Amino acid sequence: MSNKPNSPLLQRDGTRALLASLLSILIGLVTGAIVILIVGMLNPSISLKGAWDGIRLVLFGVFSTGRDAVGALTFGFNPTNLGNMLFRATPLILTGLSVAIAFKTGLFNIGASGQYLAGTCASLFLALSIPSTVVPAWLIWLIAFLGGVLAGALWGAIPGLLKATLNINEVIACIMTNWIAASLVTWLFDISNLKNMVEGTKSGYIYKTTYNGVATAKLGLDKIFPGSQVNGGIVIAVVMAVLVYILLEKTTFGYELKACGANRHAARYAGIRDKRNIVCSMAIAGAMAGAAGALYYLSGNTEFFWSTYQALPSEGFDGIAVALLAVNNPIGVVFTGIFMSLLSIAGLQLTNLTAYNEYITDVIIAVIVYLSAFSLVIKLWISGRKAAGKPPLFARKKPDGAGITPAATEAAAAPAAPEETGKEAQE
Amino acid sequence: MSFLIRQTLIYAVPLMVVALAGIFAERSGIINLALEGIMIFGAFIGVLFVRMLQAQGLFDAAKAGGSWMTLQGYLLLAMLVAALLGAVFSLLLAFAAINLRADQTIGGTALNMLAPALVLFLVRIIAKQNQLLLLKGDSATWFMIKKTMLGYDKNDELGFLADTFLNKVYLTTYVCILVFVVLAIILYKTKFGLRLRACGENPQAADSLGINVARMRYAGTTISGALAGMGGFVYAVTTANCSANGDVAGFGFLALAVMIFGNWKPLNVAGGALLFGLFKCVAACYSTLDINGDGVFALAQLGLNANFYRLLPYVITLVVLAFTSKSSRAPKAEGIPYDKGQR
Repeated sequence: MSNKPNSPLLQRDGTRALLASLLSILIGLVTGAIVILIVGMLNPSISLKGAWDGIRLVLFGVFSTGRDAVGALTFGFNPTNLGNMLFRATPLILTGLSVAIAFKTGLFNIGASGQYLAGTCASLFLALSIPSTVVPAWLIWLIAFLGGVLAGALWGAIPGLLKATLNINEVIACIMTNWIAASLVTWLFDISNLKNMVEGTKSGYIYKTTYNGVATAKLGLDKIFPGSQVNGGIVIAVVMAVLVYILLEKTTFGYELKACGANRHAARYAGIRDKRNIVCSMAIAGAMAGAAGALYYLSGNTEFFWSTYQALPSEGFDGIAVALLAVNNPIGVVFTGIFMSLLSIAGLQLTNLTAYNEYITDVIIAVIVYLSAFSLVIKLWISGRKAAGKPPLFARKKPDGAGITPAATEAAAAPAAPEETGKEAQE
Repeated sequence: MSFLIRQTLIYAVPLMVVALAGIFAERSGIINLALEGIMIFGAFIGVLFVRMLQAQGLFDAAKAGGSWMTLQGYLLLAMLVAALLGAVFSLLLAFAAINLRADQTIGGTALNMLAPALVLFLVRIIAKQNQLLLLKGDSATWFMIKKTMLGYDKNDELGFLADTFLNKVYLTTYVCILVFVVLAIILYKTKFGLRLRACGENPQAADSLGINVARMRYAGTTISGALAGMGGFVYAVTTANCSANGDVAGFGFLALAVMIFGNWKPLNVAGGALLFGLFKCVAACYSTLDINGDGVFALAQLGLNANFYRLLPYVITLVVLAFTSKSSRAPKAEGIPYDKGQR
């Protein structure tokens, strides 16, 4: 196998994964630019210069500083944008972690949206209904945060349980629990007294948590990025990513989770309790998504639109993109999460400064997810182009089954490479 | 009662057609999670097409001439266009799943993300808001069939049946039922249908008998895309007042649930769709629902929250799945890229 440290750089699995991700991003951005260009040419009200502005904003939106007196776009260091980027990255990193952990256990957690809603609901209820006159605000914050994490974990455990005990496909169970959460949350807030009645112009929103004096600590980040919404949440998200990394890579439990993901039956044969691990994995995944919702709405300056029964929060689905792009690496998730939020900031700039709107960034994200569906092919293509031999993709299966050691695989794969290529071409 | 049946049909018909879309894809071996996305895309295309016809003044001319047949013809044309573009959109999934052996679940999720993003991006540029409405009027003014069109007088008392199925209905309902029946027969009673189902059960065996698995799977996914695109537009016409806003309120996912509920069989799926349609209908209008016409709103008097009815279909799906997961008969080869060398 080619993930040994001393193998050539381009042959290593990590390098190929990174290149594949970068290529996906590149193709996604180019697709976005092409869509902008085509729409610009078809739409008579958008000039070619407008389209060019749009493309530049998609690529460098986070550095945009508006337009100058002549109306030309200006770029430079924009602390507000960068701070907001970190703020929006917080839930994306956490939902990304959620999806990534489940993937490591061989489960597709498409239910991050529902778990996110469960976390949001629990933490908003706790943060707004515990009287801040009795309990200190920091304690309410902590209770609300942990409550959100717990609610997410419970909600995530449902599809896990269904999968482990009744063998119901987790994708279907997650889709169902997503919509159940959407209706349930609407129901709970509908009968609650937390609806924002004070600001008459706003209908359908819950009070901000600052109404009860609860808000995430800024940790001095607002001094570095003045005018932005950034707060300590990003630090918590990064810490959680590191914790998940340690859990997966340095503990027995993490090893068991990954073993279940690699081959559930083999894991059970080796004495690993696969059912317990599936439930645990989904619960941890749910906890991450719950934390995402809690941190986003405990910030104090975000408002929750409670009538969500017709639409699921996009953070859950964006988490899929974040995890796939990071090849399910918890540390990688931090970077891809920040990248996704960079895109969304660029989208906002696009809405504010041009005739285009922020949805183009969702198009780009969707293209990236689409590409990662066949990332294996892309990886193959990269190493086929840049390295001499084909990676032992098909050879990989055979030796594993026959119980040959990795070293033997390496030796066997190398001379067989030309033959492999020939077989490929035939197919 | 007439109202209840009519409304149930209006919700059930898109579910039925889109669930059949799911059947066609999965029976050929491709998991089509993208039903929701294709519906969203189809709804957008259909509404856009109607708007384009309106911009040509065709609708006003037909209305002025009193020829409601022409308007229904335009409606059929729009359905066709939505189906066509839905099929084209689904090719993205087919290409990834069949040619590139991609993970079908992730591919479908990508399309589910792509469709609303693309649609909203375009809608915002075309309409300067998040909703694409018709240029003039709405579904009811252009497309609804009323008894006066069929030669009855305004004050005529129709019988129960005629009132239920001929007054204030949409042609789309009947077209969809017809399409459903025809395709279900094709799936079960023709050579093509048998071959398609074989590819979802045991593609290796099918291939050994000379069936082109890739072509069959392309056919399944494309039919699926066409049906889902059409279903999306039908949803837009009948329940969303012929508007497109990058959202079909989870109907695509509900259709997926209906498909599993119906155990991948058209007849069961039709029953499931009616049941779920009833739930959707109850959730939408339980407060004004007068079942036996005695002026008592029975469901409203129960005092249950609207959200209870909204989450009911999903809970029922989970419960049914829990009880039937042992006997569930999903196509054996669904979700697995076809590999000639595998046995």
